[in-house]
Amino acid sequence: MAVSKVTIPAPTPDSMPTAGLFTRPTWTTGIGSWLTTVDHKRLGLLYIGASLMFLAFASIEAFLIRLQLAAPGNTLLSPDVYNQMFTMHGVTMVFLAIMPLGIGFANYFVPLQIGARDLAFPRLNAFGFWVYFFGAVFLYSSFFLGGAPDAGWFAYAPLTSLSNNPGNGTDFYMIGLLVGGIGTLVTAMNLIVTIVSMRAPGMTMMRVPVFTWMILVTAFLIIFAFPPLTIALLQVIFDRTFGTLFYVPEGGGMPILWQHLFWIFGHPEVYIIVLPAFGVISEVIPTFSRKPLFGYPVVILSGIFIGFMGFAVWSHHMFTTGLGPVVNTAFALTSFVIGIPTGIKIFNWLGTIWGGKVRFATPMLYAIAFLVTFTLGGITGIMLAVPPFDAQAQDSYFVVAHFHFAMGGGALLAFFAGLYYWFPKMTGKLLDERLGKTAFWLNVVGFYLIFVPMHVVGLIGMPRRTQTYAEGIGFELPNLLSTAGTFVMGVGLTLLLINIVHGFLRGKPAGNDPWDARTLEWAVSSPPPHHNFDSQPVVNDRDALWVQKYPESVHGERVPASASEPYDAVGIHMPGQSWYPFFMGLALMVFSYALLYHNFWVVGISVAMIFFFTYAWALEGVGGHHLPAGPRTADQSRKEGHA
Amino acid sequence: MHVRRWLQRGLAIAVSVPLIAACEFSGPQSALDPSGPVAQAQKDLFVWTLWLSVPVMVGVFGVLVYVLLRFRAKNAEDESSIPHQTHGNFKLEIAWTIIPVILVILIAVPTVRTIFATEQRVEAGPDDLAVHATGYQWWFKFDYLDHGFTTANELIIPVGTRVVVSLDSADVLHSFWVPSLAGKRDMIPNNDNQVWFVADEPGTYYGQCAELCLGAHAYMRFRVIAMERADYDGWIASFQNAAAQPVSADPMVERGRVLVAQKGCVACHTIDGYAAGTEVGNPDFPSLTNFGLRTTVGAAIADNTPENLAAWLRDPQAMKPGNYMPTLWSADDPSREEEIEAIVAYLLSLGRDGLASGQLTLGGVHGGQ
Repeated sequence: MAVSKVTIPAPTPDSMPTAGLFTRPTWTTGIGSWLTTVDHKRLGLLYIGASLMFLAFASIEAFLIRLQLAAPGNTLLSPDVYNQMFTMHGVTMVFLAIMPLGIGFANYFVPLQIGARDLAFPRLNAFGFWVYFFGAVFLYSSFFLGGAPDAGWFAYAPLTSLSNNPGNGTDFYMIGLLVGGIGTLVTAMNLIVTIVSMRAPGMTMMRVPVFTWMILVTAFLIIFAFPPLTIALLQVIFDRTFGTLFYVPEGGGMPILWQHLFWIFGHPEVYIIVLPAFGVISEVIPTFSRKPLFGYPVVILSGIFIGFMGFAVWSHHMFTTGLGPVVNTAFALTSFVIGIPTGIKIFNWLGTIWGGKVRFATPMLYAIAFLVTFTLGGITGIMLAVPPFDAQAQDSYFVVAHFHFAMGGGALLAFFAGLYYWFPKMTGKLLDERLGKTAFWLNVVGFYLIFVPMHVVGLIGMPRRTQTYAEGIGFELPNLLSTAGTFVMGVGLTLLLINIVHGFLRGKPAGNDPWDARTLEWAVSSPPPHHNFDSQPVVNDRDALWVQKYPESVHGERVPASASEPYDAVGIHMPGQSWYPFFMGLALMVFSYALLYHNFWVVGISVAMIFFFTYAWALEGVGGHHLPAGPRTADQSRKEGHA
Repeated sequence: MHVRRWLQRGLAIAVSVPLIAACEFSGPQSALDPSGPVAQAQKDLFVWTLWLSVPVMVGVFGVLVYVLLRFRAKNAEDESSIPHQTHGNFKLEIAWTIIPVILVILIAVPTVRTIFATEQRVEAGPDDLAVHATGYQWWFKFDYLDHGFTTANELIIPVGTRVVVSLDSADVLHSFWVPSLAGKRDMIPNNDNQVWFVADEPGTYYGQCAELCLGAHAYMRFRVIAMERADYDGWIASFQNAAAQPVSADPMVERGRVLVAQKGCVACHTIDGYAAGTEVGNPDFPSLTNFGLRTTVGAAIADNTPENLAAWLRDPQAMKPGNYMPTLWSADDPSREEEIEAIVAYLLSLGRDGLASGQLTLGGVHGGQ
């Protein structure tokens, strides 16, 4: 059951034992406060900010790709540069933009939704962020250090062998993902511990908000999916650094094994991206329909089932590798099966709207666009699960269209819904609705203009990952339309960015609960106070806040139990800030560069640094201080520091 | 407000639908324009799933539009009213679990049937044409296993005959894809693979490598040319006639023959019967045997005309960036044009004499373009 009482005695920071290099920092403002923060809300904002920045980078890469393909025979990008662009576009979108955007929302809102004060391991949370951030910086520095990775985000062996790809780019990919994966893994474990053990009193698992539920499933997927990738990455690093032959055909290596290891990570990765998006949609649609989620247990179980089945379909990415009819049949059937829970989710979202009072605010518009786009992406997904048709569509633009409908139109539109939905909570300010809706329509129209023609051009034979294409066989018009679409969506994304900046600077005050929402994050002020809740929330219904606001709509005339109880007399324990997560991230980046340049002295030094920092981290002591429980004024709240 | 929104939506649809319809669906490289049972079966499954998706789209989008119109909040008061808080409906959940299950079964049955009909490994029998295809960065080698000769980038086949292609790669991954004849199958080092197909109609079918292989990947194309049996037999005979090419009376051709040795072409490129008792070339480079019968230059990048061939020799990187063919002349080499002309004359003469009838009948390009 959830931990409800803080039982640590109440020492002051001065009396804490410290064995670290640094006294624990106490800044509440300024750059130092951000570098040393362990607050889940600040880290959530850092994740969201960084992933939006990388989304911008990936959009620029996509824009250059589309400019190159506007007409056949174009020479804007050489084949080498083109390969770097689509590789980095894919790597960025998957690892640096969409996945961390979901993790950012999880960081910010999981503790608030379950009535907790923070994640279970605040410093570990900060460590996860800095590993991601420095890993991303490491990966992007490749552009200035001899060229970015160019073997695709899937990096198929033997394209990555030293003889086929002697440049640095592949090393940046392999080492960057290897080290970045550490951050993702610890964050996943942190989220699992938090969701399992830190729920507010009364919040049984079947009262946990769907977003948090989907994050829990996602975190388990991360834990099971990343190790195979880590193994495969290490094998290639060994091939390239120490001359092993795992994937080197001339030495008897088996390149096909990379595909198995990569996709047993890669397909769950799709759900690592999409399940949090399902969670966001399951928050937005009920709020803007003013009804509880239809079929809550079914939606949760569908999510779990999708996550579980995600590990049983990896070979549908390999139908054309000649695994044989029996294997292809097996993986076709498992892939079809995933369509069933996905369909059930869509029906339940429709059922949620049915009988509601629908408000077309920007988050809801994005949620509707998600429903349409994801349904279409699901339909083409079922088509691609048909191996004989996949033989035609695989590695053609049809696949590019499909997964952009599922991941771009699906996950990204859902996260945009989340961004517009939660922005008032995170900043205390409202986003401009008119600007938001204009950006929405440009984004959606642009999106469809880019990706619908790709279905056509794939079916008439255009392979993906090609820097140019043949004239006179029908490829010109669809490619031109796609390129035209990027201009429309480019304006839309720019407006979205302006909308966010404008909201930060000029947004009208949002109040605690601008959408009349249903879950606990809306019970606290916007932005939430540093300590989240003045008193411990007690949950007696699935829609914890809604039932406080409108008890009679749920429980008839029955009066619900009290919605909170005071914290322990010692007050609210706030963890101390720490330099170690930041420096550990930095040390891992040093390690990455040293390994890349085969400088094993520096590798040794950086490993020693990592061990030293781990040791110092462990001896840093509990740290922190206690805040008085109970309500306070805005002025008091500001002094205590918040996100 | 609502009117404007619907106008915007209508405009988006009104603009996009005709644009999509304006796109071409047939063509020499189109999976929607099949010739032969394999590509036909693959297209049929696509069309079947497309039909099944119609009720799904009508159902989901129909309900979506209905609920959004029917249950929208009409004014501020309506917005703050509280609808009945329904949590679910067991019967509905059962119903919309069963509907996708039925749809999946309707797709799965023909899928499994087609998988076993088109993806089983087959042994090439006496009536089949057996070919071994090897992917190289960035061209295709075709070994005619029953006839013992090798050609590059153009696979000549007889119509109505099953062609069994065993697949291999010499370096990185490639993929063998001729959309109008058969879906792709990957060429993987240390991993035997196979694809088979039948061409129903004579004609030229376009193929292209579909697995990223860096460099000139976008230019790694090939052709499959299906011929009537008699023409095919003539083409085969021209290759089996491996005796030395008669020294042409044309001094230009003879000058070209000398030049391909002087310029080092034959260090890499095989030319069967280059000179009596002399074997030239390296099997890991594209064979130029009977080059005069080829329809394209540079792995199906351009038509095999004297002008294109000369342009290719003059600057191979301009035509196909990233490929391994060296540039043989500096731009200020005074003898460049004269030597290129001679080599072009020689290359285009190769194979022309070997044909029984003296000419080859090629079908038109598949897809009518």
